[in-house]
Amino acid sequence: MRCRKCGKEAVMNMRQHKLALCRDHYIEWFVERTEKTIRLYKMFRREDKILVAVSGGKDSLSLWDVLLRLGYKADGMYINLGIEHQGYSQVSLEKVKQFASAHPEAELHIVDIKALYGRSIPEFARESWRGQRVCALCGLVKRHEMNRLAIEGGYYAIATGHNLDDEAAALLGNVLRWQTGYLARQGPVLPSDYPGLARKVKPFCRMYERETAAYALLMGIDYIYDECPYAVGSTSIFYKNLLNQLERNSPGSKLSFYLSFLQAKEEGRVRFKEEEAPPLHACQRCGQPTTAPGYCAFCRLVYKPSKEEVEAALEGSTDVEFA
Amino acid sequence: MVKLIYRDKEWEVRPGITVKKAVEEVGLLIEAVIPVKDGKLITEDTVLKDGDVVKLIAVISGG
Repeated sequence: MRCRKCGKEAVMNMRQHKLALCRDHYIEWFVERTEKTIRLYKMFRREDKILVAVSGGKDSLSLWDVLLRLGYKADGMYINLGIEHQGYSQVSLEKVKQFASAHPEAELHIVDIKALYGRSIPEFARESWRGQRVCALCGLVKRHEMNRLAIEGGYYAIATGHNLDDEAAALLGNVLRWQTGYLARQGPVLPSDYPGLARKVKPFCRMYERETAAYALLMGIDYIYDECPYAVGSTSIFYKNLLNQLERNSPGSKLSFYLSFLQAKEEGRVRFKEEEAPPLHACQRCGQPTTAPGYCAFCRLVYKPSKEEVEAALEGSTDVEFA
Repeated sequence: MVKLIYRDKEWEVRPGITVKKAVEEVGLLIEAVIPVKDGKLITEDTVLKDGDVVKLIAVISGG
C-alpha cells in the first residue's frame, strides 16, 4: 500500500478515511487533525495555559507531545495512584518523568495520593467505602485532584487523552442504559460553568485509539504498554471490542456514531431537560463544586466525617474539625 | 511459517496470506492491533513471507 501524498510505502491505512500514509505524512496528518479538532470545538487558544493529565499511556503522552509540537503552553500532571501490582504506578511514573525530562520547556506536576491523603487508591478501595469499586473510586480521586491543581495553578483547561474509542464506548454505554444526564454532558468540551470548576477538553476525541497508538510508536514515545490491572475485563473494553466488530464490517462506524451524536445535540435534534444536570454547590470543606450537599464525595472519602459533622456541615457551619 | 506475537501469546500461520487475514485467523481484529515487522509499522494488505515475525501491538485500553 502506498502513501496517498508521496507514493512511498505506507505505514498506516485508515479505512474510515480511505487514507494510507507514510511515516512522515502520517505524523503531519495526525498533528494537523488534532489542531483542527482544538479549533473546531474552540477548546483553547495559543496563549492559554493548559494542564495535560498524563498517565504514562500512549494517549496522554501523545497528546502532550502534539500540544508541545504545536507550540501550546502545556504542562503535565501525573497522579501517583499507588498501584503496586506489577509495579504499575512506578513504571508509569518513570515513563512520564522520562518524557518530561526530554521536554524542559514544560513543567511536570506530580501528585502523590498516598503522601497527600495517607492512603493509596487500592488502600482506599480496601476500606470498602460505600461499596465503591476501584475504578469508580480512582475516577473520583483523579477528577478532584485534576480540578484542584488546574484551579490552583491558574490553568485555562485540563486536556485529557480521551480518544474516539473512549468516547464512542462511553456513548454506547450511556445509550444502552439511557443515562440522559451523562448524555447531556458528554462532549469534547466540559465548560467551566461554576466557580472552582476547571474547563476540560479532549483534543483526541476524533482520533481512533489505533491512530494515537500509531503516533506514539512512530514518534518513539516510550509509554506503558500494560493495562492498568484494575481495568482488565472492564465494561469499557467490552464495548470497544463490540464497536471494533462493527468497524470491521463498516469502516467509519465509530466515528459516525460519535460525531452524529454531537451534531444531533448541536442542532437540537436530541434534547435533554435542564433539570437532568443536577445543581452544583461548593463543598464545605475543599470548596470544589459538588452535587452533594455539605461535603463532596472526595472529602467524605478522605476525611470520613462523622454523622454529626456531616449534619453540622449541612446546617452551614464551617467550624468542623476532621479526624 | 510466519510467527505472530501478541502480548504473551504466540501463533504460527502459513506464509502467503495478508496481515489482515493472519490476524483474523488467530481470532483478533486488525482494528484492535498495529502490526510491526522488523521494528516498522506495516499495513494490513502486506503479504507475509516464510520466516516473518510480526508483533501485534494491542491498542485498546480501558478504565
